[in-house]
Amino acid sequence: MGKNLAGKSAFIVAVLVIFCFGIVGIPHGGLTQSIKDRIHLGLDLKGGTHLVLEVHVAEAIGSATDRDVARLEADLQKAGVVGAIVGKTDPSRPQTIIVSGIPAAKLSDARSVLQGNDYSTYDVATTADGNSALTMKVGAVRDLETRTLDTSIETIRERIDKLGVSEPVIQKYGLGENQILVELPGVDDPARVEEIIQSTAKLSIHAVTGGPYESDQAAMQANGGVIPPDSMLVHGTGSAGAPDQIWLLKRVSEVEGTDFRDAQPGQDQNGRPNIRFNLTTEAGDRFYKYTEAHTASSATPGSMAIVLDNKVREVAGIQSAIRDSGEITGAFTQQQANDLSLMLRTGALPASISYLETRTVGPSLGAASIHQGVVAAIAGMLAVMIFMLIYYRGAGINADLALMLNLIILLGFMGFTGSTLTLPGIAGVILTIGMGVDSNVLIFERIREELRAGKTASAAVEQGFKHALVTIIDTHVTTIVSALILFLFGSGPVRGFAVTLAFGLFANLFTAVLVSRVIFDTILQKKERGAALSI
Amino acid sequence: MELFRTTNIDWLGKKWYFLGFSLIFSVLGVLSMLFWHHIPLGVDFKGGTQVRVAFDQTPNEDHIRQAMDRAGVHDARIQRVSDPSGHAANKVIIALPESTATDQSHDAGRQSVESALSANYHDSAFTVEQVEIVGPTAGKQLQKQAWLATLYSLIGMLIYLWFRFELIYGVAAVVAVFHDTLITVGAFSLTNQEITLTVIAAILTLIGYSMNDTIVVFDRIRENLALSRRESLHDVVNRSINQTLSRTVISSGLTFLTVLSLYLFGGEVLHGFSFALVVGILIGTYSSIAVAAPMLVAYQDWRVSKGKSVTLPAGKRAKV
Repeated sequence: MGKNLAGKSAFIVAVLVIFCFGIVGIPHGGLTQSIKDRIHLGLDLKGGTHLVLEVHVAEAIGSATDRDVARLEADLQKAGVVGAIVGKTDPSRPQTIIVSGIPAAKLSDARSVLQGNDYSTYDVATTADGNSALTMKVGAVRDLETRTLDTSIETIRERIDKLGVSEPVIQKYGLGENQILVELPGVDDPARVEEIIQSTAKLSIHAVTGGPYESDQAAMQANGGVIPPDSMLVHGTGSAGAPDQIWLLKRVSEVEGTDFRDAQPGQDQNGRPNIRFNLTTEAGDRFYKYTEAHTASSATPGSMAIVLDNKVREVAGIQSAIRDSGEITGAFTQQQANDLSLMLRTGALPASISYLETRTVGPSLGAASIHQGVVAAIAGMLAVMIFMLIYYRGAGINADLALMLNLIILLGFMGFTGSTLTLPGIAGVILTIGMGVDSNVLIFERIREELRAGKTASAAVEQGFKHALVTIIDTHVTTIVSALILFLFGSGPVRGFAVTLAFGLFANLFTAVLVSRVIFDTILQKKERGAALSI
Repeated sequence: MELFRTTNIDWLGKKWYFLGFSLIFSVLGVLSMLFWHHIPLGVDFKGGTQVRVAFDQTPNEDHIRQAMDRAGVHDARIQRVSDPSGHAANKVIIALPESTATDQSHDAGRQSVESALSANYHDSAFTVEQVEIVGPTAGKQLQKQAWLATLYSLIGMLIYLWFRFELIYGVAAVVAVFHDTLITVGAFSLTNQEITLTVIAAILTLIGYSMNDTIVVFDRIRENLALSRRESLHDVVNRSINQTLSRTVISSGLTFLTVLSLYLFGGEVLHGFSFALVVGILIGTYSSIAVAAPMLVAYQDWRVSKGKSVTLPAGKRAKV
């Protein structure tokens, strides 16, 4: 020991320089500005909105199977299986399609359709009452869920970007619960954000099979007491003083959110706000086929309903075949038309969402919290430093240097990793100060013990460090274990706390074990043998 | 300067006092949790809506309550924000029960609070500083997360101590930490302070801190056991506690100092957090001496009475 002091000192200085760089980066526009750019503050300090929302992925699964129901019906008919009823009977199992009433003579034809390549994402089984059940395979369900969640994140990101929020965080959240975390620094009006994200969550165009009715009962009566399995009852918006009308619509949509290629707000010939949309080529072809077959002059005239968030926005007769562009006119203001076309441009969400958590911190509260947290940290640190100087005299300088170095390394870590400093994070810093001091106290007390036992200064330092090291490692590893678990299972502010705590502990190990030792050795080297140690 | 040069206190001789002290506080806390304030969970875990409003002038709580009543919000809890440093804050927290933030109508509670305030005050007379809305699903999930984090933390530490020492050391440390957690949560219940996410972080910190303290004592016990095998465990434990006493007092004292400055100057946002730490540091320091160490001796006495082995395993030797 003591041999490579110069090398160790150089290493410590190098570490110090590196972490200082971590805090400041390449200086530009003043020191404070540089630090502000490097150390990210959490929303609780900076002010902003934190949202956790849940994507109802079951809806996406439901509409995927709805489409397959329609497809299967057509395929069965094509294969000559007449009279089979295809549908979904259990709302709690949106991934299961039941085929009943297959004529015995056509059983093998039906089977070959069901087990064909087109339905390879389904497991086919025979139910207790002799029907066939197609259940979407677990892997396919999971794929669809992942895709739905990813599309939702992408869509939300595009919408938020259009709002012009800087540095938003939009990511998956939780442990597989289909949740998304949205963090918007500086935004303190969550209501508008929630509306932009959610209000026009899901748009689709459906064929109208009946209505309008005045109530659910009236709709049932008009259809002989049952809602046809391929249809659904949808309420009108009832906005702008219009009566709440109920329509019977085809369950499978003709066009849905992902089919829109572009949308622009505009005005119709009467000057009412409307939205002009374009469809993708594939959807355009599909839509053309449908509308061509149901124009007012055709044998089967029809009308279409534009459904927004499970509410009928508008119902229009099909005047002529529409290929890839159309208009939506409804009872909305120009602002709503603008917002709605923004939603259509960025794509609709593949499933509706609901909010689980909203937390908003105004900028003034955040600033006050920073101020108080920093004052508390400085006050605590000063008190500790003064105590160490008084109690351990010369060695107290050691401890104080180590403490400051700790802080630099900790902040440097945060600068390098881009982790966020939260209010509990500041508390983590304060706690690190306490634990850093503990390491020094452990060592110093041990050295004092050895000195009392009559050892020479250098032997006492050597033994003191040796004994204390075991304890320091044990205490630090246990705390790091808990910080790690906190990080894995915690969220938001708790995570911020775990991050600072863990970084602080690593910094601590470095300063207590290496830096403090090098200082002691340097002092001892300059002293004469047998001289007393200031501790 | 030295505070404790050589102390020679018979810590284990006081174990009945310690037991009594721990029992009284644990039982008080548990009784409060069962019959009085229960475990006062904050919006984070319970779900609900909480709006923090800063007024230009000192607000009249009754006036706000009437405003809420007129707006049809009847079960709002209105609480003036109190700062531990005694700052008179013109701030009020309006908390609505869980039912206002269902997963369907998430925002309704906040809207009614804001419209009630707008209807009764000038828009410039108040600022909404903070809004927290937690739906029941999120609340349950956060509760589960907190339990798991605590449980896994304890298991992780137990395994580490088992690996570094012996199982009984780990068990004794975990029991001590459980004791600390119970008493701290009890203190929250007795004083009816809300347990929020940050308080959970504080409780986990206190677990880490208390564990720290216990390990320092255990390390010394292990070391002394390896040095002198003839001494009785009772004496070894007493001596170890005494030898580490000055460190314990200084470290805990200084940590207490930083936590206290957080409690006094950290602002009311951190109030619950620092309260948990102030209580936790005191009880965590106490428990390593009064709960964890005596458990080792009690365990050995039990082993002897069963005629199993006379000495406690010294633990894996410290690699000195």
